Amino acid sequence: MRWMPILVIAAGSLMLAGCPKKPTTVPEAPPESAVPQQGGASGAGSDSQVGQGRELPDAGAAASATSPPAGVATVIYFDFDRSEIRPEYASVISAHAKHMAAFGAARVRLEGHTDERGSREYNIALGERRAQAVRRALMLQGAGDGQLTTVSYGEERPAAEGSDESAYEKNRRVEIVYGH
Amino acid sequence: MMPMIRRAIAVFLLAMLQASPASAELTVQILRGMAETVPIAIVPFGWEPDGAATWDVAATVQADLERSGRFRALPRSQMIEFPHQADAVDATDWRMLKVDYVVVGRLVPLPDGRFELRYELIQVATGERLLGTALPADQGALLPASHRVADAIYERILGVRGAFATRIAYVAVAGPSTARSYRLIVADADGANERVVFNSPEPIMSPAWSQDGRSIAYVSFHSGLPAIYVQTLKTGEQVRVSARSGINSAPAWSPDGGQLAVALSRRDGNVDIYLLSLATQELRRLTDDPSIDTEPAWSPDGRSLFFTSDRSGAPQVYQVGLGSDDRPRRITFEGSYNARPRVSPDGRELAVVTLDRGSYRIAAVNLAQGSMRILSNGSLDESPCFAPNGADIIYATREGGRGVLALVSIDGRIQQRLAASAGEVREPAWSPFLY
Repeated sequence: MRWMPILVIAAGSLMLAGCPKKPTTVPEAPPESAVPQQGGASGAGSDSQVGQGRELPDAGAAASATSPPAGVATVIYFDFDRSEIRPEYASVISAHAKHMAAFGAARVRLEGHTDERGSREYNIALGERRAQAVRRALMLQGAGDGQLTTVSYGEERPAAEGSDESAYEKNRRVEIVYGH
Repeated sequence: MMPMIRRAIAVFLLAMLQASPASAELTVQILRGMAETVPIAIVPFGWEPDGAATWDVAATVQADLERSGRFRALPRSQMIEFPHQADAVDATDWRMLKVDYVVVGRLVPLPDGRFELRYELIQVATGERLLGTALPADQGALLPASHRVADAIYERILGVRGAFATRIAYVAVAGPSTARSYRLIVADADGANERVVFNSPEPIMSPAWSQDGRSIAYVSFHSGLPAIYVQTLKTGEQVRVSARSGINSAPAWSPDGGQLAVALSRRDGNVDIYLLSLATQELRRLTDDPSIDTEPAWSPDGRSLFFTSDRSGAPQVYQVGLGSDDRPRRITFEGSYNARPRVSPDGRELAVVTLDRGSYRIAAVNLAQGSMRILSNGSLDESPCFAPNGADIIYATREGGRGVLALVSIDGRIQQRLAASAGEVREPAWSPFLY
């Protein structure tokens, strides 16, 4: 199973590069050397037959790069008209930053939001500033700049409907979205 | 090089974006008018050869004048005569009916297939003929022509140009939060003739008219990220003018039409005001402050911009000249929150959103005196915009938890609601004069 993507990529690149040239024959089966054989090389007993070890891609890691660390909150909430990250979120930020540092393939989109009070364009700016505050905090703790993008929706996409403080506090937020 | 880039970013969606009729018509409800309205009689127009006119000019003129909150029209049922020319108006009769002015007129077919609206305005007290005009119009343009008759009467009596033959743009939102539909709509100033300019399942924001009334700049998230677009109303041609990293927000057209003032955050995430040349795509940074600077609005002379900044710790309005040495100057001092400035056409006042004892309301700031007066009484009022004649301010408010538009006269005495039959409407932008 694991070979399949590699073969597809190889065939694809041949096709892309191939028009003027005669395509070389695509092997129908993986080269023999790549197929572990019972009692083959290992049975020969000679060190020279053992090549350099290489890291195996971990299917689990690919999944980790597209999902948040288990059990860690993915929404940071803010005070009214503020974009400072409250101390209670230090461990959340730190867990995401470590996770992103560990999985370099992780791509995260930080979506900034505000409650509905005040003017819409100012709220777009405020949502951006909140997303940037989370971005900086993540980068300070090891996340890479290239792993992070931000977008502000201002008050356009409330998490909770309603015009009271219980809705407002749910709407003043940055959502940490993996897989972007 | 630059034209190439411009061509590359131009998106032509002509067929798709051709304005199409919208379903949810706005209806106007007058909540409060002037205590002293002007009594006027608008006599049904005659039809030149004979009989009743095929188009009721007087009905449109009467609806316009009454909707302004400044006039009280005599019902037709109370008229005792129906003259079509000034010399047939018997001032004594109209004085008895307690009207100060009488409008009479005729609709005359022209040999070339067009029509002429011939109308006269008579002051009852003196018998003086204040207006006598012949306005030609195509058959399909009798409605806007009728609005222009109302404009002229309004101006002759009140001394301020009427704004009935103008249009408003706004954003209509419908559907549950999981399946929203956003539509940018342009309608006549009375809410009629709605046309969808652009629609998207993603947010549409901040419509702004060009000074010639031919194009609208707005922000759309339809690509997944916010970008600023300029759309020509007649053709539907849509051009993406700013899709930079970060926010692309709050476009405001310069009076000469050549530039947009915009709020961008770019890579560093710091929201500042920039000037974007539409011809060259050249970008000039106008403010550079770690705080939020956004919501630019041009002064009518095009020499300075008003904007919102929280550099003092909370949002307040500032003004900055366009010269390279100009430094921003704070304009608003009353209260802890003043944002989203719009400048009156005469440049003397700002309309802002202000926090008034826990409620977000529309206020007018007198620039010479620095004084502020609260004009609205909602709790989440926002997005104020002056009518091109400066007599009224349109803004967004809530009614029963639903977004509706509202109108208030600059003295605060006339209040109206414009509600859609379905869904929410918000972010009104009033066009400039269109003739």
